Amino acid sequence: MTGRIVVVGASMGGLRAAEQLRAAGWTGAITVIGDEPHMPYNRPPLSKGVLAGKAPFESLAFTPKAAAADVEWRLGAKVVEARLAERTVELDGGEALSYDGLVVATGTRPRRLACPGPLTGRHTVRTPADAQGLRDELTRPGVRVVVVGAGFIGCEVAATAVGLGVREVTVVDPLPLPMVGPLGELLGRALLKRHEERGVRFVLGAGVTGFEGDERVTGVVLGDGTVLPADAVVESVGSVANVEWLEGNGLDLADGVLTDGQLRVGGRPEVVAVGDVARFPNARYDGVPRRVEHWSIPTDTAKHAAKVLTGAALPPFAPLPTFWSDQHEFRLQSFGAPVLGLGDVRVLDGDAEGDVLVGYHSGGQLVGVVALGGQAAAMGAARYRAQLLKQPALTA
Amino acid sequence: MKVVVDMNKCQDHGQCVFAAPDVFSMDDDGHLVYVSGPDEALRDEVEEAADVCPLQAIRVED
Repeated sequence: MTGRIVVVGASMGGLRAAEQLRAAGWTGAITVIGDEPHMPYNRPPLSKGVLAGKAPFESLAFTPKAAAADVEWRLGAKVVEARLAERTVELDGGEALSYDGLVVATGTRPRRLACPGPLTGRHTVRTPADAQGLRDELTRPGVRVVVVGAGFIGCEVAATAVGLGVREVTVVDPLPLPMVGPLGELLGRALLKRHEERGVRFVLGAGVTGFEGDERVTGVVLGDGTVLPADAVVESVGSVANVEWLEGNGLDLADGVLTDGQLRVGGRPEVVAVGDVARFPNARYDGVPRRVEHWSIPTDTAKHAAKVLTGAALPPFAPLPTFWSDQHEFRLQSFGAPVLGLGDVRVLDGDAEGDVLVGYHSGGQLVGVVALGGQAAAMGAARYRAQLLKQPALTA
Repeated sequence: MKVVVDMNKCQDHGQCVFAAPDVFSMDDDGHLVYVSGPDEALRDEVEEAADVCPLQAIRVED
């Protein structure tokens, strides 16, 4: 294949794809198109260091590898349509770009609550502007914050808010414990206790049905009619994959874009997907395609997809997932797929009151480990990394 | 090849240690130590370590 590879999406996945195409030997043109005005930057600090005012946005920029210096960046440009049969994408200004290879790297956007009420004062955390806007609110004296959603972003934002001195931080979630979906009850309870001890209030088992206020939000209405007074609301209720531009091509776009085990899209050898827009089967596990929003995935998928796109024959994609989360002064560190072993959770080391290492099992086999505690505990999880890497694949 | 780690950014995640154990390690206190001028033969694993650093604190020069 020669000619031009177009990468749609200029965040971490798009950058890594461009770099890995060069590493894989692609010498043709590479054009990366992204709708944000920024060069690719590292998002995780937005809910932590940037929100806390400890990390300036400039410190987040990725440094592209020298081999990718000749990549063409089209920033602030949105692809509105792809015509895969014609190998063309169309930009919002009407310009059409033809390609020989296409990398889908458009990522996700925050899901919003479809409840009635004013929009002003309701925040998400996805971009630098989002983080700055929320920081401006959190640093107002006496501000009352309600965080909707007790997942990764919600728990991190709540912890950061407390660290900033916000006195009233309330987290609302329909589930009975924070982060119980990905981590299960044992760590969910441990997290709840740690957050509560540090001043975060939780309203669990409660859904949000609306927002009070005229022009600006003043309260969050729960399903039982309770109103939580709020000067600022954070909506951290998951994400939506940016796939609208791929519609009309006969693809499975039910949740992200479906790929095969080589990250190819629609059975086309010239189209691959990377990052958290890709719904891919992981040969290490049960073969069920899933979107994975861990920070490691853009790099892992880009390495594999770039080789596939340039014609390499590879074994099926089988990354070892890993994620971390920093909340207050403690860290969560995960290796493997705890979510596949929620039915058999065992404490491997320590106890839930202090540093704890938890193992998740499926069919008696260890499929994931998560540490909660200090840095030493996090490294304790790493001791299981080699074991997780060499275990046989789980069968569906 | 020269490796530079911004120790103001580093938060001791240890991902670099898995990617390039010949270059990066943790001392007894759990803090990062590294070889600043590793052998050229280790370039691939050093690049990998730089990629997987959650804080993007590792720079590879030359």
